[in-house]
Amino acid sequence: MTTFLGMPTAPRGVGHLRGDDPFPVAARRALGDSQLRRNLGKATSTIRAKRARVVSELPDWEELRSAGQAIKAATMRDLGRYLVQLEAAVQDRGGVVHWARDANEANAIVTRLTQAAGATEVVKVKSMATDEIGLNDALADAGIAAYETDLAELIVQLGHDRPSHILVPAIHRNRAEIRQIFLREMADADPALTDEPRALAEAARLHLRRKFMSATVGVSGANFAVAETGTLCVVESEGNGRMCLTLPQTLITVMGIEKVIPTWADLGVFLQLLPRSSTGERMNPYTSMWTGVTPGDGPQSVHLILLDNGRTAALADPAGRDALHCIRCSACLNVCPVYERTGGHAYGSVYPGPIGAVLSPQLTGIEDNPTLPYASSLCGACYDACPVKINIPELLVHLRARHVAESSRAGRVPSGEAIAMAAASWVMADPRRFRTAQRAGRAGRVISKGGKISALPPPLAGWTKARDAPEPPAQTFRQWWASRERS
Amino acid sequence: MRIALFATCLADTLFPDVPKATVTILERLGHEVEFPPEQTCCGQMHVNTGYQKQALPLIRHFVDTFEPHEVIVAPSGSCVGSIAHQHAMVARSQGDEDLAARAEAVGQRTFELSQLLVDVLGVEDVGASYPHRVAYHPTCHSLRMLRVGDRPLRLLKNVSGLELVPLPDAEVCCGFGGTFALKNSDTSIAMLADKMRNVVSTGADVCTAGDSSCLMHIGGGLSRLRAGVRTVHLAEILASTSAAR
Repeated sequence: MTTFLGMPTAPRGVGHLRGDDPFPVAARRALGDSQLRRNLGKATSTIRAKRARVVSELPDWEELRSAGQAIKAATMRDLGRYLVQLEAAVQDRGGVVHWARDANEANAIVTRLTQAAGATEVVKVKSMATDEIGLNDALADAGIAAYETDLAELIVQLGHDRPSHILVPAIHRNRAEIRQIFLREMADADPALTDEPRALAEAARLHLRRKFMSATVGVSGANFAVAETGTLCVVESEGNGRMCLTLPQTLITVMGIEKVIPTWADLGVFLQLLPRSSTGERMNPYTSMWTGVTPGDGPQSVHLILLDNGRTAALADPAGRDALHCIRCSACLNVCPVYERTGGHAYGSVYPGPIGAVLSPQLTGIEDNPTLPYASSLCGACYDACPVKINIPELLVHLRARHVAESSRAGRVPSGEAIAMAAASWVMADPRRFRTAQRAGRAGRVISKGGKISALPPPLAGWTKARDAPEPPAQTFRQWWASRERS
Repeated sequence: MRIALFATCLADTLFPDVPKATVTILERLGHEVEFPPEQTCCGQMHVNTGYQKQALPLIRHFVDTFEPHEVIVAPSGSCVGSIAHQHAMVARSQGDEDLAARAEAVGQRTFELSQLLVDVLGVEDVGASYPHRVAYHPTCHSLRMLRVGDRPLRLLKNVSGLELVPLPDAEVCCGFGGTFALKNSDTSIAMLADKMRNVVSTGADVCTAGDSSCLMHIGGGLSRLRAGVRTVHLAEILASTSAAR
């Protein structure tokens, strides 16, 4: 007899999918940082306006979104077949494909390949998958230095910091802070460095150029992988990724299994959706595509690591799997009123914001990220902005239901909340009980002053921290209606 | 037309003037309002907090109560959003296909007040008078779930004496979010602070919206700050006439 224990989730103790604190605690800390609030407010409103402008140019934007959604949904239904097709296509063109069940396996493969290449350092293209699995830490443990070459990732790395946004990981920093970090951490920085964006970019360029020239191993993620041709694709703004993808002899790509798309034609849809949604540009400056090995040109040893790390577990939930459609554009972060105020660190995962709140708990198992599905007011701005129409509010509600059901199945002692919800359900399912409760609620009139209540007891105390509560009226609507009917 | 009123549990209990105003508007326009007395709650709070099993009896009760009625109205975008977009989904996920089909049918004839007035009754001028400077906050579920668009604004523009002032960042959530306001009260309050700043910046003396819950949140914050701006439900403005003052 076999017992199905569920699909494996991302293992604990490795990578960056779990925070140290529950969301409300981490958020409270972040909300107190007025500089952070200002940096985030300015950055997200700028990107929001740019996105809105370029999206409004396209008369067929809604059709493009629907196409993106349909391609992703169809791919997920047949993911196994497309991955095997991708593997064969990459191998046909001289690439090597590795399958990694989780973060530990992926980290071990990259370490082994780097050591086999005789390298002690790697240059990195900005990649969410390698952030997710904590690759830099794993390489450091093996004595290999990983250099982030994306400008914002470099700022985060030099600042001994964590990324706080999917696309703009240093969104929480302003120019003055970046200058400080460069002066402190970049041995070759000009002491007269100003906080002009040009000067900061030039300092980073000079610093990185030396790394590009010396590194023999490049590590990347992938935005897309075309199954029919075995082509991998990275889109970026700076060209530093292009350097990493072309100069080293060995190129190792770590890619989540959900990134595969069936055909070259499908790529055309996403290359229209992604830049407009992420940076608010019609087209991103650099789109790099490579298919296996091209003899005599570019990396001669090309590896693709297909990473699961909880994705199959997400796929197993027919409603939850829509989170795997995400193309990492960050449009949902930029429009989210919660993200805009708390920033990304509060989410504790490399995937913050609305998409992180539905993706991280599925990758780790909800019990390891139980507060994230509740880190939203369900305002729905994310759903409207999503280029592949992921219904994030509905997913949040679904994951909340899964969390409540799993807690109840696990036989945990019912929380105060669960008891209150059960009681409210019992009361509200019957009009007589409801009327009785309304009468009881009128007792609230004794604690009200001047028509309002300024301090409520727990569990409602959080309400009156900053909000008055209304005084229960002398007469409910239904009493008024009944008296009117009688007269 | 005979119209069944769903008062919503919140307004029935705490803001009775809002369903009363709804009755006033509809009767003034010559319609007959019924109040099915068995009604309680739509179950939105349970659904949005993850308690689908406990929401099911409430959904069944709502459907039982309102199924006999042809047209249903509620002065709340979020309750109607839950009825029209969540009831069938929850019933289905809890394995009750029969209830899901019934809920879908009832959801299709349940309207938020501005939808009912503009789309069903074809009215944009309800004959109201309200001589105040008013800022309108479009609540998230009326805006993005029900897509009421500018219907409330069209109704407000026809109110005599009313000066409608544009609210900066109007479409950003006020931070209420049901139990979000308690579970994440710090974040909720930070969102509220920005909403209040925008409301105060308009110089309006009244902030209005189509949901008593969001207004309880915004109004509770403004009251705590003694900001000198009050919150009034859209229905109450539309019910106002010069004779009534």
